This record gives sequence, structure tokens and C-alpha cells, in this order.
Amino acid sequence: MSRSLALHLGLVALLLALNFVLPPYAHGNLARVMTLAIYAIGYNIAFGYTGLLSLGHAMFFAAGMYGAGLLLRFTEAGALPGFALGLICGAGLALAVGLLALRTAGVSFMIVTLMFSQAIYLTILYFGAYTRGDEGFVIDSAARVVAGFDLGDSGVRYLVAWALFSAALMFSLWLVNRPTGRVFVAIRENEPRARLLGYDTFRLKLQALVISATISAASGAAYGLLFGYAGASFAGVQYSIFPLLWVLLGGAGTVIGPFLGTLFMFYLIDLSSGITDAYMLIAGVTLIGLTLFAPQGIAGEIRRRFWRALP
Amino acid sequence: MDFGPHLMLAMLEGAVLAAVLALMASGLSLVFGVMRVVNVAHGEFYMLGAVVAWGVADSVGGGPAGAFLAALVLAPLVVGGLAAAADMTILKRIDYDPERTIVATIGLLYVIQQVTLMTYGPEARPVEPPFNSRIALPWVEWGEGGPSFYFPWGLSTTSYKLFVIAAAAGLILAIRLILMRTKAGLVMRATQLDKEMATAFGIPVERVYAAVFGIGAGLAALAGVLIVPIQQAHYLMGGEALLLSFIVVIIGGLGSLTGTIVAAVLIGMSDGIISVFFSPTLAKILATLLVALVLVFRPQGLFGERAR
Repeated sequence: MSRSLALHLGLVALLLALNFVLPPYAHGNLARVMTLAIYAIGYNIAFGYTGLLSLGHAMFFAAGMYGAGLLLRFTEAGALPGFALGLICGAGLALAVGLLALRTAGVSFMIVTLMFSQAIYLTILYFGAYTRGDEGFVIDSAARVVAGFDLGDSGVRYLVAWALFSAALMFSLWLVNRPTGRVFVAIRENEPRARLLGYDTFRLKLQALVISATISAASGAAYGLLFGYAGASFAGVQYSIFPLLWVLLGGAGTVIGPFLGTLFMFYLIDLSSGITDAYMLIAGVTLIGLTLFAPQGIAGEIRRRFWRALP
Repeated sequence: MDFGPHLMLAMLEGAVLAAVLALMASGLSLVFGVMRVVNVAHGEFYMLGAVVAWGVADSVGGGPAGAFLAALVLAPLVVGGLAAAADMTILKRIDYDPERTIVATIGLLYVIQQVTLMTYGPEARPVEPPFNSRIALPWVEWGEGGPSFYFPWGLSTTSYKLFVIAAAAGLILAIRLILMRTKAGLVMRATQLDKEMATAFGIPVERVYAAVFGIGAGLAALAGVLIVPIQQAHYLMGGEALLLSFIVVIIGGLGSLTGTIVAAVLIGMSDGIISVFFSPTLAKILATLLVALVLVFRPQGLFGERAR
């Protein structure tokens, strides 16, 4: 436990230190990666730890982004209430979707979540008068100020992304070491047996989904607030596939994996989009390669070969 | 136009969509029925069919009719062969695990789509239909002196659209006959019922799987060839087609061919009618929500059998 705590605190400290040494371009990229890694951490709690393979997490990401973005667009509420509303939207949506979708399992669960997410995406397009559909809208930089700090400023942005990412990472580490987290894993490994032991698996899965969705919504709201833009493409199928890809690549069911996967994939796409427009080709090849050769991902391979107790 | 002729026009458009959808969804349903895997890349095989049709029309002479015939033969062969190869190199190696298959076919989706973008390009390109005469349709009106026929302005269809409906119906009938009456169909049904027992009886299950995956993709490609003279070939056209086929297959009951066809007619017609009178986005929201609820409350679909 102490070794793993040291590892994760070390990562957090390293990321803070990088704030002072990185050149501007990498600095901005890393802020974006940390914000998106929060999304991956959220997804990992549902998929990696509880075994709920959802293909619709973009709806939670978008709920956070639009919850925050629309509040700031149409009222004078300010960034903090916007962030809070984003979280509430994500959690509420997850509760409603979970109550229905968790009645199914496996392939049906994937399709049901995909369909709900698609319905949310289309709803955003349908209310284009407010959301400006695919084009999206810019969140006014005057509204993105917390206690005098401008969230659009690159230094503040990095630190806010770092703080949120660290909070999500440490929360995730804490959760999976708690009894609840252990039961999530038990459900993933063998649900009938967990039920036999007396756990209310439906309620626990709902709990996992709501936690996962709230963290995803936090990522969406943070992304909107830090980068000042909300658009319907963030609610599309692609943004449901991305966290799956990041988590699979980094290692499903590991605390550090989502960050590694997001970082790796971000730079892979960043480098390849310099060569070709068809950068999603890399995502496709990586997905196929992962299912064939490394279903455990990066951190999963480390756990398998070197460090069996990696959480 | 009055309401009546307008409705009839909407139904005709809906019937064309329903026919193409039924063909494509039959492929998806066949693959799910026999192999118990969901092929997310199915929409891309449809897109490839359309793109191959454009390629054939672009390079083969002999006028639109000759090129179209060539495309009808070549596209399913090329796409089906590709799909069978993907099955043998990827799906076989992950042992047809349902969840990993979905992840792998998502990967395949992006690979096919992006390679098409790199080679074929981002433009939407038209293909000339082999024949395309306009057919005006009569409308009956009950006036003072009994029923009378007239031809309202705008109420018309084309011979090609009628051909699409007929061709799709013919192809679906052919699949049914192959499945029910031939040795190959018997082998497929045996594999579907009990994979292990089929292996025990000497059926090469892995080759059957590759063939079924190829045939499923070939059906999608055929649907793509049929639709391309009406819509244009574009590298992103697979996404929406995939979503609609998912809807159809789920409403009809996963793996039930009859249910798939009934659902295709239902969804195609209602999509056509709702899109004409209301917003197409609203129609899609309702359809996707309906599918989610059907899966939640009636997981076997409207016509499927309960899983044993």
C-alpha cells in the first residue's frame, strides 16, 4: 500500500514539477491530457473495476460540459456554480440511465448505453438554437474567472487541471482500496457469486456508474471551462470510444493506467496528424492491436510481469 | 400537393429505405445469429460497397448499365473477401469473445473508414443509375360522379427506385432459400444451434464463421451498391446506416431474420413518413430511445425467442 501510494504521489509531484520546466507547447498539451485523463479515470471505475463496458460515456462528459457551458452562456452565475451544475447533470443522468440500462448486461448494456448516448447527442443537435449544434459555442472568457484567477491563462489552466486530475487520481486510489471498491471487482469477476455472498449487485453497479459518470462529467465541465468551448462533437460516438481506448491502452483496472493511456494516445494522434488527416486510423489500428496482443494494456503488463500488487 | 398524395410519396421514399435497410440488417442479423457476435464494422462494409460501385463505374466502360451490373457482382465479392480475411486474422484469434469482438470491430471500423479517406478522399461522389425514367403516379379522388383518377403534380417515383425495392426483396428471398433449402444453409443453421455438436459432426466451424462473416459483409456491400445511385458515395456514410441497422436488428429480435425484415419495413416506413412531416432529428431521437427501451424491457426483441 505504501509503495503504491508513493508511486501515485510521485506522479502527482512530477506533474506539478513539470509545470515549471516544460516548453509552452508541451505545457498546454499536458494540461489537456490531464483534463481528459480525468475522463479516463471516471470511465475506468465503471469499465476497469466494475466490468461495465459502456459505449455511451460521452453523454456524461457532455452533460458536464453543457451543464457548465449553458449556465455560463445564459446566466451570470460564474464558473464554480457552472462546474457544480455540470457534476449534478452528470450524476442525475447516470442515475436515470443506470436504472434502465443496468437491467441489461454484456452486449445489450453496450448497445443500450450507445443508444442513450446517441439520443443525447441528437437532442443537443435538436436544440441547436441554444447549443449551436455541431458548431458549438465559445464560453465567454469573462465568465471563466474564479476568485480573480482567469481559467484561460495557461499557467492557471495547468494548475487547475493538475489539481482536478490529482483529486480524481487519489480518489480513485482510495476508492479501489476500500471495501466498496473490492466488491466492484468482485462483481466484475463473478457477479452471481457476489450476489450469493449477499451483496445487492444492482445497487452497487448503479453506485459505480454514478461515481464514474460524475467524474466523467467533472472532466467535461473542466474541459469546457478551461478551454472555453462546448460542441456537439464531444457528445458523439467518438468520444465514447476514446475513454475505452485510453483505458484499454493504459491498463483497465489499474489506477495509473488511464493517465498513461491518455498521454500515450494523445501524443500518438498528435504526431500522426502531422503526417496525415486520417489520424483516427491510428486509433483503429491500436484498438485491434490491443485486443490481439495486449488485452491488459501498459499498466496491466507491468502488473503481470513486475509488480503484482499494483492497484 | 394534398395530404393524401404527399403521404404516398413519403411512403414510397420510406419503402426504398426499408428495402435497403432490410438487406443490410439481414447481414448483421445473420452474423449475430450464427456467430453470436456484434459486428460494429458492418456500416463500413456498406460504405465500401458504395465506394467499390463508384470505382467500378469510374473505370469500367460499357455505359451505366454495364458498370452497374459489374459493381453488383464485384462489390460483394471484394468486400466479402475482405471481411472473411478480417475474420480469420482478427476475430478467430480472440476466439469470438463477444465484448472483445466489439472492441476489435470498432478498431476495424476506423481502419476501413480512414483508409477510405486516405485513398478515395473526403468528397461525396455520385454514380449514374443504370436506368432512371420518371414514373408519374395516379391518385384516386372521390368526387361527385364517383372515383376519378388524376396525376397530381410532384407525385412520382423513378424506375430505379422501384428496381431497388424489387432487387432487395429478391435478394432477401434468395438468402432465405439458401438458408432453408441448401446444404450450406443447413451447415450454417447447425453451427448456430450448437457449435460444439456441429464440430463433432465434422463441420469446419471456423470456415463456416469466416464464410458467414463474409456473406454478412457482402449483403451490406450489395445494399451499398443499390443505394449509391440515389445517395452519393461518401466515406462517412456507414455510421448512420449502422445505427439504423442496429435499431432494426434489435427491434426485430437479435438473430431472427423474419423479425429483421418486419422491423426494417416498420422503421424504414416510419422514418420516411416522420422525416417528411416532422424533423428528421426528432425521428432519430425517438427511434434510438425506442430501441434502448425495447432492449431494456423486451431483450429478445419483438420477434426473437428468449435466450436459452
